[in-house]
Parts: sequence; C-alpha cells; structure tokens
Amino acid sequence: MIANFGYKDGSGEYFLSIDTDKCNGCRDCVTACPAQVFEIRDEDPNDPFREIPVAAIKDSERKKIKYACGPCKPVSKRPSLPCVVACKQGAIAHSW
Amino acid sequence: MAEFWRWTESRWTAPDKDWKKAKIITAGVDVGSVSSQAVVMVDGELYCYSNMRTGSDSPNSATNAMNWALEGTGLSLDKIQYTVGTGYGRVNVPFAQRAITEIACHGRGANFIYGPTVRTVLDMGGQDCKAIHIDEKGKVTNFLMNDKCAAGTGRGMEVFADLLGVSINEVGELSLKVEEEPPPVSSTCVVFAKSEASGLLREGWPKEKVIAAYTSAMAHRVVTLLERIGVEPDFAITGGIAKNVGVVTRLEKELHIKALIPKYDTQIAGAVGAALFARALVEKGK
Repeated sequence: MIANFGYKDGSGEYFLSIDTDKCNGCRDCVTACPAQVFEIRDEDPNDPFREIPVAAIKDSERKKIKYACGPCKPVSKRPSLPCVVACKQGAIAHSW
Repeated sequence: MAEFWRWTESRWTAPDKDWKKAKIITAGVDVGSVSSQAVVMVDGELYCYSNMRTGSDSPNSATNAMNWALEGTGLSLDKIQYTVGTGYGRVNVPFAQRAITEIACHGRGANFIYGPTVRTVLDMGGQDCKAIHIDEKGKVTNFLMNDKCAAGTGRGMEVFADLLGVSINEVGELSLKVEEEPPPVSSTCVVFAKSEASGLLREGWPKEKVIAAYTSAMAHRVVTLLERIGVEPDFAITGGIAKNVGVVTRLEKELHIKALIPKYDTQIAGAVGAALFARALVEKGK
C-alpha cells in the first residue's frame, strides 16, 4: 500500500509517501529525520491484518509537512533527503 | 428560519432478513465530522443502518446512531459480537472493540456496495476528501487524503446551499439547470468563493448559475487530487457528495469515466467496511 501523508492547499500539494509493502519497521527513518516527523506503529490503522510494525508520519506533523520538511529542501543545491537515503528498502518518496 | 444545509437523515432495515437466524452479527460505526452511520451485518449481509448528523458529542453520536439503526428490529447491542469504530471520531465509540481508519473501511465498503470491479474510490466527506485505490477484495493499495481545507467537501457545499437559500438536497439538480456552463469561481478557498458568489448574485446571476460555477470549481479541485494517484476503472464515489448529481456529472465529464451506480446509500460505505472488518476479525478469533 502506498500511504500518502500530507495535504493540498492554496500554495500547492505536499505529500510524503511510504510504501508499506516495502517498509519493514526498521526505524532508520525515525532516526534520520531531523524534524522527527516519522513514527513506527505496532499496528497499522490502515491495514488491520498487517503483522509487522510500519512507519508513518505523525498525526501532529501531517498537516504541516511543508514546513517540517522545509529545512531539508533548500531552494538551490538540495542534497539528498536524509529519510530517503536512510531507508534501505526505498519505501519513502516526496511529491515536492 | 429554514436550515438549508440540513440533509435528509435516514434509517433502513432489510425486509427479508432475520437476525435470530444469523451465526455472526457484527456492527460498524462511522463517526464522521459531519455525519454518523451505524451499520449492522448478519453473516456478511446488510441488516440495518442509520445515517444522521454527528452533532458535537462523539460518544453520544455513536450511541445515537446505533440505537436508531436498531430501532424496531428487536436486536440489542449485547447480541452484536464485534463492533468496529471508524471515522474522525473512531476512538469515541464506547462500545467498539477496535478502531480502524476510514480509509481501510471505505475501501472494503466500496467493494461491498459497488462490487469487486471497483479499483478507484473517491470519498467526498463532510470535511475531507479521499482518493483510494483498492484491489478486487477491497484491500487498499494506494491512498491520498486532503483534510486541510473545505473546498471539495460537504461542508463547502453546505455553505453555498445556505448562502443561496436552496436546500442541500436540491443544489445538485439546480446546478444542472444552466443552459451553458458558466466559468468556475476563481477561488479554491470556500471562504473567498462565498464572497465571490455574493458578488455574482448582486450582479444579477441567477442561483443556478452561481451554484453551477461553484460546483464546477469543486469538481475541478477534486479531479486534481485524484489525478495524483490516477483513476483506474471501475470508478466509484462514496460519501455524501456522491448524492449531488451536479458534482458527479462534472467529475465524470472531466475524468472521461462514468461512476458506478450505487445499490445502497453512499454515506454508509465506511460503516459497512467497518462491519465487514468486524466479521473478519471474529472469524480470525480476535
């Protein structure tokens, strides 16, 4: 399942997606993110039959993801995003 | 003073089913930001349901919806083996054994209401909008939700119904009574769209033209959200706005795809999915 966390408002669309089929709950994204937007859930509220933990964006961060991720996305010379690099399964993607 | 935003509440019991003959009785309660539904299923078939306004008190909303659904059936809460709560207020269903998100529940519910060919579900709810991809069993494969703003939601449409003094049950039909489609309102924000609409009314635009302009803008906004994950046939719409023929027609036109015709009230999809999950959880011995 591709879980898209984020929102769309007058300024644009901002979604951080996690491919839960690839996610194994390893916690590397939680450690890598300087803004601490990730969390690991023992039960996936979107998939009640999933047996292993899953990464997700905290509910408190979801609706301000544009600002939370802002520091990692400078306008020029943007380095690779720490969360994307940290995830060995390649489960994380950003829409902006 | 008439309340134009008030849509019709309803309840229903299956005329041909007897809960006393059922092996597994389960329930799903969807406490949404605007509306609440309670659905009871017997052996995976729809037995009864209710659809009413949520009000300001979530735990009472769940109980009120359930009591109304059970009214006249002789069935009581203690005979229901498992209840799943879903929706915005899912943690406030006091008699539920588990809470599952409305995304998973709308996926399952759409699969039940529309059949196993559905792959794309658009849920336009009271205060949010969801695009969901499901497989033939109703399991979610991709989802995207926007709950940051009212444009593209029931709440937005309620604002316009109230502004124009037209009942929410009739705004859809009214929006189609224009000979030529007017340009959509330029603001995507409902607050500004309302100001813009007041201006158009003062300029002499008839009500149907104003509501057509707003509906057109709303449909377009929803389409851009859907296109982020793509629309794969078959396409189905759940939630209250699925009953607005003005929005549905414009969506179908912009997406070049016809939405499936529902067999049941589109607002109960979440609660239906929850009741189905409840049954699966009973069968798994949880």
